[in-house]
Order: sequence, then C-alpha cells, then structure tokens
Amino acid sequence: MEHREQDLSKIDQIIDSYGSNKETLIQILLDAQTEYRWLSKAILERVSKKLGIPLNHIYNITTFYKHYSLLPKGRHSIAVCLGTACHVRGAVRLLDRVSACLDMEPGETTPDEKFTLTTVNCIGCCALGPAMVVDGEYMSNPPVRKIKELITSSD
Amino acid sequence: MQRLKSVVDLESLRERILSKRDPNRTWVTVCSGTGCHAYACEKVAEAFASEIEKSGLEEQVGLRRTGCHGFCERGPIVVIFPDGICYLSVKPEDVSEIVSTTLVDRKLLQRLLYKGEDGEQGIAHESEIPFYKYQTRIIFGNNRLIDPRSIEDYIALGGYSALAKVLSEMSPEEVIDTIKRANLRGRGGAGFPAGIKWETSRNAPGDVKYVIVNADEGDPGAYMDRSLLEGNPHSVLEGLVIGAYAIGSHEGYVYVRQEYPLAVDNVSNALGQMREYGLLGENLLGSGFDFDVIVHRGAGAFVSGESSALMAAIEGKVGEPRPKYIRTAISGIREKPSNLNNVETWANVPLIINKGADWYRGIGTEGSKGTKIFSLVGKVNNTGLVEVPMGMALREIVYKIGGGIPKGKRLKAVQTGGPSGGVIPESLLDLPVDFDELSKVGSMMGSGGMIVMDEETCMVDVARYFVDFLAYESCGKCIPCREGLYQMLKILNRICGGEGQEGDIELLATLGEVMDDCSLCALGQTASNPVLSSIKYFQDEYKAHIQEKRCPAGVCKALISYYIEPEKCKACMICLRDCPVGAISGGKKEIHVIDQERCTKCGTCLEVCPERFGAIIKLPYKEAVAPYGAKS
Repeated sequence: MEHREQDLSKIDQIIDSYGSNKETLIQILLDAQTEYRWLSKAILERVSKKLGIPLNHIYNITTFYKHYSLLPKGRHSIAVCLGTACHVRGAVRLLDRVSACLDMEPGETTPDEKFTLTTVNCIGCCALGPAMVVDGEYMSNPPVRKIKELITSSD
Repeated sequence: MQRLKSVVDLESLRERILSKRDPNRTWVTVCSGTGCHAYACEKVAEAFASEIEKSGLEEQVGLRRTGCHGFCERGPIVVIFPDGICYLSVKPEDVSEIVSTTLVDRKLLQRLLYKGEDGEQGIAHESEIPFYKYQTRIIFGNNRLIDPRSIEDYIALGGYSALAKVLSEMSPEEVIDTIKRANLRGRGGAGFPAGIKWETSRNAPGDVKYVIVNADEGDPGAYMDRSLLEGNPHSVLEGLVIGAYAIGSHEGYVYVRQEYPLAVDNVSNALGQMREYGLLGENLLGSGFDFDVIVHRGAGAFVSGESSALMAAIEGKVGEPRPKYIRTAISGIREKPSNLNNVETWANVPLIINKGADWYRGIGTEGSKGTKIFSLVGKVNNTGLVEVPMGMALREIVYKIGGGIPKGKRLKAVQTGGPSGGVIPESLLDLPVDFDELSKVGSMMGSGGMIVMDEETCMVDVARYFVDFLAYESCGKCIPCREGLYQMLKILNRICGGEGQEGDIELLATLGEVMDDCSLCALGQTASNPVLSSIKYFQDEYKAHIQEKRCPAGVCKALISYYIEPEKCKACMICLRDCPVGAISGGKKEIHVIDQERCTKCGTCLEVCPERFGAIIKLPYKEAVAPYGAKS
C-alpha cells in the first residue's frame, strides 16, 4: 500500500517532551501511535535514531504490546468487547454480526481505510454487555440494522 | 495555592474548606464513571447545570460529577444530598422534572426511584436499596461524595489526615507494624501480606527504593481498580505516600493501562494537585521526607501485570517476567528494592492508619481481614461493583446484592479470579468468600472479578474462552506455558468443534499439572484453573460434547442449530431481513426457512423474532434435517 510522506516533526516534539529518556520508549511510542494512528517504518526509524535505540529493540517492543499497530488503521475504529461478562452474554454473536456486516475479520481494515475492526478484552462496561466501542462511543448489543446504519452513515 | 508546610497548615486548610461548605446545602451528584459515560451521563450533568441555572437555584444547589457509584446496571445514577435521594437510569429529558419536583417542590419523583420486589412503592434512599444495603463500602463509598478532580473534596472528607499522622507521629517501623497487625493482604490476587512485603523492602540493602501502584487491571470482566482510581485517586495516592515513607522510598510509579484513559487523566490531575499543595515533592508537610510519583501507561499486555514483568516495562523493556529467586521487594526496578501493591491494597492503607489495626481486624474472617470490592457481572440482575466484608457467602452476594439471575433462569456457576481462577458450582454457593476458602475449592480471589453464569452458559466454552485469552497473552518465554496453553486450546477447540476424542479430559488434566509445576510465573502456574475446575464440577458437560456431540447449554456453534418452526412462523420478514448472511429464504405470506449450509449460527434470528411468535428454536445438537416440532 502506498502512503504519502508523513510529517515526522511531531515525533521529535514527543521525544523532546520526555527529555529523550530511553526508559520512556513505551510512552513515546504510545504518544506517537495516538498522533499518527499507526506506527510506520519511518516513525520507528526516527525514534531509533533520535533515542539511539537499535531498531530491532523497538520492533520487539511494538510487536509485544498489543496497543501498537504496525499497519495503517481506518479513520473509524470499531472495537467489540470480548471480556468474560460480554462473552457469556453473547459477545461472539455480536462480533459475528459486525464481521458479517463489514465483510472482514477482526484485526482487518476496510480497503478504503474507513473502518478498522478490533476486539478488546474488557472495556469495563459489563452492564452493557455485549458491548462495542465506535470511536469512543459505547453501544450495547446493536442489532444488524443499527450496525448497517452506522457503516453507511460514517464518512 | 501556597504549599502546605506542616500538619497544622493541612488542618487549617481543612477547616477553611469546611467553613465555606454548608453541610445542609443541596448537592446533585451525577455518577460519571466510564460505565455511566456509556449511558450519556455527561448530557445528564449538562442538563442539570442548565436547568439549575434556569430555575435560579445556583445559590442553593451544587452540582458534582463523581466517580463510579457501583450500580452500573441502572446508570446514569443521580443522588441528591444531604437526603440521599437516589434516581436511577436518568435520561437528559428527565432532568427538568427532577429539578421542578424534587429541588423546587421537595417531592419525590416516583418513576425514577428503585422499585422493590412488590413493585409498588419506590425506594427513595440509596442506603435502603438492596444493592447498597447489604454492602460495607468503607473503601468505595467515598466515590459518590467527591469530585475525583477536586483535592479539596478529598481533604474535606478527612483526606491526607492519615499521611499527616504518619509523618508527624509515627516511625516507619510503627507504620509497618500497624499494617502487619491489620493483616492487610494484597488485593491483586495472591493475597500476600502487605506488611511483610513492605518490611522486606525496607530491610533490603540500598538507598534507592521504589513503590508502585499496580493498576494494570487486565482480568477481563473486572473493573474495580479502574473505578477506584478514576473515582477517588487521592485515596490510592495517599496510601502510596504512606507506604513510601514506611519503606524509605522517594520515588513512586503508577502503572496504569492506557485502555483506561479517564483513570490516567484523573490520576495525573491528582498528582499535579498534590505537588501544588505540597503533598508531593520535597519536605512533605515539613517532615523532611521527599517523595514524587511518575505515571507509566501500559501498552497492552496481560502478563505485564506480574510484578517482575511490570517492573521491566517501567524500565522501557518488554514486559516479560523473570524467575523470582530474588523477590522484586529486594531487587526490582533497576535492580533496586521495589514494593508493588494493587490499587485497592493502597486505598486500604489510609483507613487502617486512621482507624487503627484493631478496628480493621474487626471486619472479615480469621485469615482475610477488611472488605473486598468485586465486579459482579455476567448473568445477574444488578451488574455492578460491590464491596462486602471478607467472608460473606457467595449466595448472599449473588442474590441479596445482585438480585438473582435474569429471566428466572437457573444459576449454574460463579467464576472468580478471572483467567487464573476457577468456576464454583451452585452446590458450593454458601461458601464464605475469602482468600483461603476460594483456593480450597480450586478457584482464587484474583483481583475481584465475579462472573455469574446461568444454564445458557457452556462451561466447556468458558474454559476454552480463558485458555484462548491466555494462549494469546502468554509471553512465550517459558515452554510449559507457551506450548501447554497452545495444546490445551487445540484440545478444547476440538471438543467445542464436535471433534472431541476419548481421553481428551485426561490429557487436559495431565497438561494442567505440568503447567502448574513448571511454568515460570503465575500466568502459567494458574492457567489450568479454569479448565481443571470446570472438569471437576461439570464433567458431564464435557462428556456430552465429546461422546454425544451435544452442547447442552446451546453455545458451541458446531454443536447447535437454529430452526424456524413452520407452524409458528408468521412470515413477518423480520429475521429474513436481519440475517447478516442472507441464509433465510421465504417472503411475505411465505413461511421462512433457514439454509443450514449458509447459517453462521450468529443467533440474530432468535433475538429478533417477536416474543409472541417464538418461531425460532435453538437445538443443542447439529441436525441435518429440521426436526418438525422439536423442542430445545
């Protein structure tokens, strides 16, 4: 997939805000992930160079912790909760519905980079279960009609 | 704000705050925990702000956004103080009526009150609602009284008086002795005595020592640590500073998951306020004791909640555990003595200092003192966070506080301890809940997840769920955990997929034993608990899957099927339209039929078929031909 050049100056600002402390690598990468939605090779190389940490170590960190994404993410995120409480209340059936409506598996992004579908282990809204979060908005067990509406109404 | 330079300064600040506050003033509190945010509580709070202004009540009535009250099932929750009138499931459109009826006319709004079992007369006061009545909320109760972003609210309730007492009157040894005498045990899961851990760190050689709050609550289905940190961050941080003083540490960490943005925000805000007020930094309250705290956000790894792994993560490394021949209390962060306790453990500390070890010992059982906060979730009527004295029977928690099982279904089991715990069958429901009793029956306290399961929960599927979770979360460093979980998952997937073989149960038990004995950390050592406990109590269900290829609870997709009963189908087109894979054929005035080949068993049809028709049935086995008139 082709991607336009990223403006990496923000990375430098993030690193500076942590005083270029190597021990804060995980925090720096979290901020970068928030800023850019995903961590491109260019970002990782920049962090490696600025902090003087080998790229393989950074790769080790970014593949170990689940929050980091090394693939582009969609403009909208749909996260289906698979916590235990949601699981016993039918989270798998909800995930199946969302998956079928978007015609993709969890972890994937639509080709137009509109949606990324993920699963999370407990968002702590067990009373709503089975629950999902769409761009920070919580939904309780939406029926197929609502999911389809959501997909068509998002830009 | 001028930094507080002494205990006297703190006390005079408290007096100033209290003198400005009329105890009889009316306060509207809106629960603003993450759970209520999902129910649009912010809109409710905004509506109150504008209605109060419109009615010209700004002088008489205050508005406060608080942390989680615990009764998440009925959010957003509004409590009006000083009377404690509690309105449940409040919507923004209810607000103007609340203001005119209750704030202006001083009358109750019946329709928003909790309705008792007789359903007629609503219960007006929070303290009389069964969900709250049977709890002992010594830790969690203040959540509903304070704005988590206001240090003055916390100070007004006596906040930081325990720290003041420790810094001015007690030696570090006396503090440790008090915690030891109170027998405070770690709330993170294992229940290790906190006082002994503190003493180990204090006595360990070295000048640099660390104290850490473990808020990496990764147990799926548990959210009490988050709600405490979000709702009352100062109570946790006050405990941390006291611990630091006792141990001789000058640097602390709060390790909190980035998945908890509100907790990160509120704790960071609280730390900023503490610095401003002189409760962090140099020479706290003129005692000569220096201490500061750094927030470290976890990037998502369940195993990083293990102490040695968490400390590696704080150093910016991959959060994998190491062998603990030398405990982290002696050699942790940067190989310095590091004392780690869970959020709830720290929050207990100020209370013990203020009220004394003897008072604390008066609550709970012989071996487990104090209270425990549980997240009571799953198939239970009153989902929420509950705080009860150690030793309360599981049955009381589920029925008296939790209000029993929805839709009149039968309770099957309660799962405690998350992926490290086990299932407790209905027959053992009178078990008093404490650290030791839960271990005896093959489960554990864990951090406090309590998941209620009814007859529609498949125990094999639940075991498979936890093993799937752990197999994904295992860091892979040691072989018994990495390979053991992988093999267990393969076997359980096979059983749930209808391919179970004779000998599978025995194989799971053998694997479990090896993992218990040989894994590096608690993740692997306890990973077999969900499997072995369900085999112990629900072996029949495993056998039904393996021998009869049947899922009695109707959960495992490969072993169930959905059918439309022709005589009941009204050809209303609802399921046909809603089926996400278009597996239902038929038309107007034409009976609908499910194409079994295309059906993905998502259950949408069953959910959408109007109750008065009840035409969809779920069969606990895979049938090639629709069994006409068959009952599930």
